[in-house]
Amino acid sequence: MKDFRYLPGVSTLKLDSETCTGCGMCTLVCPHGVIALEHKKAKILDHDGCMECGACSTNCPVDAISVTPGVGCAAYIIQTWYKGKEAASCGGPACC
Amino acid sequence: MTEEITHPLCREEEIGSTVSDCETGSSPSSDFAKTTSTGVDTAADKFITKPAIDDVCCGPPAGPASSPSERPGYRLEHFVEDFVQTPAGSVPRVKTTLDSKDLQGTFLVRCGIGRNDYKIAPGLYCTGNPGPESPVLVTANYKLSFDSLRGKIDTLDTWLLVLDTRGINVWCAAGKGTFSTGEVIHRVKMTGLEKIVQHRRLVLPQLSATGVAAHQVKKGCGFKVVWGPVRAEDLKSFLDSGMKVEESMRRVTFSLPERLVLIPVELSFIPKYLLWSIIAIFLLSGIGVDIFSFKAAWFRGLMLAIACAAGIFAGAMAAPALLPWIPMRSFSLKGAITGLAAGLVIVWLFRGWTNGWESLALLVCTGAISSYLAMNFTGSTPFTSPSGVEKEMRKAIPVQAAAVLVTVGLWILASFA
Repeated sequence: MKDFRYLPGVSTLKLDSETCTGCGMCTLVCPHGVIALEHKKAKILDHDGCMECGACSTNCPVDAISVTPGVGCAAYIIQTWYKGKEAASCGGPACC
Repeated sequence: MTEEITHPLCREEEIGSTVSDCETGSSPSSDFAKTTSTGVDTAADKFITKPAIDDVCCGPPAGPASSPSERPGYRLEHFVEDFVQTPAGSVPRVKTTLDSKDLQGTFLVRCGIGRNDYKIAPGLYCTGNPGPESPVLVTANYKLSFDSLRGKIDTLDTWLLVLDTRGINVWCAAGKGTFSTGEVIHRVKMTGLEKIVQHRRLVLPQLSATGVAAHQVKKGCGFKVVWGPVRAEDLKSFLDSGMKVEESMRRVTFSLPERLVLIPVELSFIPKYLLWSIIAIFLLSGIGVDIFSFKAAWFRGLMLAIACAAGIFAGAMAAPALLPWIPMRSFSLKGAITGLAAGLVIVWLFRGWTNGWESLALLVCTGAISSYLAMNFTGSTPFTSPSGVEKEMRKAIPVQAAAVLVTVGLWILASFA
C-alpha cells in the first residue's frame, strides 16, 4: 500500500507506551503495518499510513491505544453534518 | 427465530410460498391429502417423481423430485451438498466450487442490484469431512463474502461459522458493529460449537478486528481468536502451514482489478439524481434572448448533458481506475484533474458551436462533477482515514458548490453574449 498515501498529519491514532505491555496484538491486526514492536513495546512506525479503522484499539487488552474510528466515506460525513452522528448512514444498509 | 436455530442452513420463506416452491410429500398440503384420500396422494406422488412420459399433461415434463432434506417453510440453498450429523445437530455441507447461480448473483450485486439483501442464514456450515479437530473459520453472512470463502477452501475439511452481519461484508460489518465480539460469542453458543469441536480456536478474518476484541471473545465463550489472513485466497496456505500468516497476507491491497470491480456500484448511485439533473439542464439551456427557446434547450442542453456525462466518466470511472497515477493526495483534486482533462476534450469537440463563455462553463462543469464523484470514492477505498476525508471535504465542497453556480451563471450569460 505504499503506492496509496492519503492526507498526512490527520490520523487520531495515539499510543501510550507507558501502559503498553508489548503483547503485539496491535501489530497483528493493523491492515497497514502502522505499528511494530520495538524493545518489547509497540511503536507507531507510519502514523500517516493509519486509516483509523480502530482494529488496534479494539484489540488492545490494556487500552494503551486510542483512535477515533469511523467511516472514511464522503456520503456518510455529509450526513453527519446535517443529521448528526446518530442518524447518519452511508448509502444503503449494505454500503460501507 | 427458534426455527432458524434448528435449521441454520435453510432460509425462512413465507408460508404461502412454501407450498408452491417445494411440492414435496411432506408439505402441509400433501400431508393433508394423505390423511383424507390415499388415491389422490399416490397419483400426486407418481406425477412428481416420474417425468410425464405419456404426455397426458401439457407443457414440458415435470422436474426432479424434491430433496429429502427439504423442510416445509424453508428453502434448501443450492450451494448445500448434503448434511453432516454432529453432536449438536445436522450441519449443511456446502460446495466449494461456485456454480452459475452463484456467479450470476455476484454479477448482479457487483452492479449494485439487490446488494442490500444478498445474504444467507447465519449459523454453522461445513466443507469436506470435518471432525472434532478441524479448524473453524468465521465469516459474514453477506453471500459474496461467504462465496469468496468457500470458493477458496478447495478440499479442506473445515467448519464455517457464519455470523449474522445483516448481509454486510466482513470489514464494513466490523466497522458498523454487526461483525462484533458479542455476535461471535452469541453465534458460538447458539450453534453448540463446543460440542462439535475438541479444540478451542476460531479463525477470524483479520479485517474483522475492527469490530472484534480477541481477548473478550476468549472471556465470553472460551474460544481463542486466531487472526487469519486478510484475503480468502491465502487461507489454504495459512491452514497448510499450521496457521502461520506471512507479512503480505496481513496487508490490504488496492490493485487495478480490485478498483475496477468497484466502478459499477459507484455508477449505480448516480441514477437517483439523473432525472432532476436532466430537467434542470434543459430548462437552463433554453433561457436566452427569446426568454425561452426550445431549440436552444435541446441543442445547448445536449452539449451540457454530454459535459455532465464526461464529468461522471472522469470522476466515477477514470479517477478510481487511475487512482495511484493521478497526482495529488486529496481525492477531490484527483477528480478535478481527470474532470478538467475530460472537459478539455469536450470543449475541443464542441468548439464549432460554442462561444468562449460556453466553453468555460463546460470545462468548469465537468471538473466540478468529477471532483465530487471522486471524493465520494473515498468510502470505497481501504486506506482513507475519516479524519482525512472530513478535512478534504470541508475545503472541497464549498469550491465544488461554487463551481456549479459559476457553470449556471456562465451558461445563462453565454446565451445573451
